[in-house]
Amino acid sequence: MTKQKNTFISFDPWHPLTQLTPARIGLGRTGMSLPTRANLDFQLAHALARDAVHIPLNFNKLADKLNKLDYDNQTLQSQAENQSIYLQRPDLGRLLSEQSSSALSEKPQPPVDVVIIVADGLSSKAIENHAISFLQLLVPELTDEGYLLAPINLVKHGRVAIGDAIAEHYNAKLCITLIGERPGLSSPDSMGIYFTYRAKAQFSTDADRNCISNIHANGLSYEQALIKLLFLIKGAEQLKLSGVNLKDETTDAALNELDTKNFLLNS
Amino acid sequence: MYKTTIQQLNYDFKTLANLMAKATPARSGDYLAGVAASNNLERVAAQYTLADVPLKQFLTEALVPYETDEVTRLIIDEHDNTAFAKISHFTVGDFRDWLLSEAATTEKLCALSPGLTPEMVAAVSKIMRIQDLILVAKKCRVITKFRNTIGLENKLSTRLQPNHPTDNAAGVAASILDGLLYGCGDAVIGINPASDNLEATARLLHLLNDVIERYKIPTQACILAHVTTTIKAIEQNVPVDLVFQSIAGTQKANDSFGVNLNILAEAHQAALSLNRGTVGNNCMYFETGQGSALSANAHHGLDQQTLEARAYAVARKFKPLLVNTVVGFIGPEYLSDGKQIIRAGLEDHFCGKLLGLPMGCDICYTNHAEADQDDMDMLLSTFAMAGGNFIMGIPGADDVMLNYQSTSFHDALYIRQVLGLRPAPEFEQWLIEHQIFNTHNQLKPITEIPEIFKTSLQKISGGL
Repeated sequence: MTKQKNTFISFDPWHPLTQLTPARIGLGRTGMSLPTRANLDFQLAHALARDAVHIPLNFNKLADKLNKLDYDNQTLQSQAENQSIYLQRPDLGRLLSEQSSSALSEKPQPPVDVVIIVADGLSSKAIENHAISFLQLLVPELTDEGYLLAPINLVKHGRVAIGDAIAEHYNAKLCITLIGERPGLSSPDSMGIYFTYRAKAQFSTDADRNCISNIHANGLSYEQALIKLLFLIKGAEQLKLSGVNLKDETTDAALNELDTKNFLLNS
Repeated sequence: MYKTTIQQLNYDFKTLANLMAKATPARSGDYLAGVAASNNLERVAAQYTLADVPLKQFLTEALVPYETDEVTRLIIDEHDNTAFAKISHFTVGDFRDWLLSEAATTEKLCALSPGLTPEMVAAVSKIMRIQDLILVAKKCRVITKFRNTIGLENKLSTRLQPNHPTDNAAGVAASILDGLLYGCGDAVIGINPASDNLEATARLLHLLNDVIERYKIPTQACILAHVTTTIKAIEQNVPVDLVFQSIAGTQKANDSFGVNLNILAEAHQAALSLNRGTVGNNCMYFETGQGSALSANAHHGLDQQTLEARAYAVARKFKPLLVNTVVGFIGPEYLSDGKQIIRAGLEDHFCGKLLGLPMGCDICYTNHAEADQDDMDMLLSTFAMAGGNFIMGIPGADDVMLNYQSTSFHDALYIRQVLGLRPAPEFEQWLIEHQIFNTHNQLKPITEIPEIFKTSLQKISGGL
């Protein structure tokens, strides 16, 4: 690991291509193996991602921010009491705790069209970094379209399917869940959005959902994610369904404005 | 009938499904489903009992009802009794002894596979150690062809997986080039698209097709979109080599994936009609993984390893080029740590190979599982020893789109060196021809970009 040029290491002459992708390309090799520096860089990223799974989300802070924006919200909890149970028992992460269930049923039930859920999932950082910014784009857009929104539901230790019961409670047409995705080595704060039309507890399956994933600095932008979500909502309203039979056909032109030309095919 | 007394304790397992679950080596998904043995003694009691079950019993006692499950109907209706006749008098325990004996040769195992059901191979795997799983799988040989030949003895192929978080064409191309220059990509160049979108899928299919044609690479392309998206792409005359789909072991679990046998048959026929293979016409690529049925609440009280083997019945109906068990992707709720992931990967390979499938393994883990690179090295080494057909090749083992860790280009080179495993012959020839590999299965020392990619890179270097 000396700064001097290590004569065992073979550097990849295509290393400048690293500018085109967050992927770990052009790592070089010693023999056929990974050089020491690249090997340790990996271990560092793994340590950070492992730790990210266990950092709790500050729900009070999140609620404060929403209050400041005048977004009505409520905090609920799944039946998974802590992160360790959450990791081992996905079934519990899909169910509202008794306390949350009864709290919800005691509240007034105004007519609504849309239920929004924000769940910590596997990355609190994802929600902390991206949820509010995305909601600031989404909520006005939905309101402009004339949709009535239920209070935003902040759910502790929630899995995607926990939205089904909440949507059913409100008899809402559209269920939109923002959730922290499993932390990757290169993106410990990736947020996903799941969309379900007419979600129903014990009834909706993964085949009924559409997913927009990889919302983070090196992935999909908030604007790109919003375009996709609005497209799906429009499609679901027409087809009266969501999931595998509702295809995301947003045009690439909108999504890949910065698409550098593929150098392998430049003639 | 499934009763035993062991250490003065009486056990009555009542049904074959329950017996199978109780006999399964411990794993978190079976505890989650509430079907696992409650302690070590119960597990070993179940294993003793299972060893005495006649193989024939699996043909009469369906683990998932025949009437309501099309996977069960497929298994029973297409079972080849003639092939089975030679071992029809065996118990599960006899079957293990025979598999390990010299009598079970490669030829005999190949001839036997249509006579085996997923439940039979799952059962025998439950009373086998890792070395047994390796030894028997190594004797199986499943060779498949499209533009090259995969699964020959002492070969190991790799799927080049150049995923990008937004499917950016230049980013994908950068990972493809990196992989090819490290000798990867003979199983398939396969991209998981960031979203299941027909236009993006079509654009990526064109990209891979153009790269493969331009550089005359003897390999095949695949975009891992939902099968219905790929069918639409074929209808629009987009070039499709392999049709991809995730599959599971029960009808209900497949429903949750939005597929059934009819849809798969339609896709298979559509891909066959394009006739794009040059040396063969295996044109399906399936992915599976223990735990997917439970995840869809469609496990029917079975253990996840038996359910996984049932998914292979779905796969073999369509003569795939590649079947990939994505063993550690699903997360720790199903396979909690390195030990469970390693055993599951080797079980899946063993079961798939006995059933006649071209098994590869996505040797992988997520960051919320108790696993690390050492565990991956253990599975990679043992999987290659067992004669696995292919593994993944991902830049630096870090998939920046799916957010998990798999095997890297360097990992493939490691195992090539240690075990003397070569790429598919047509692809190796291409690597040698273009100065990437020498004739001794090694990367050539590199000081400059090989001629074949030089002009492409010169054009871009100004812009970087």
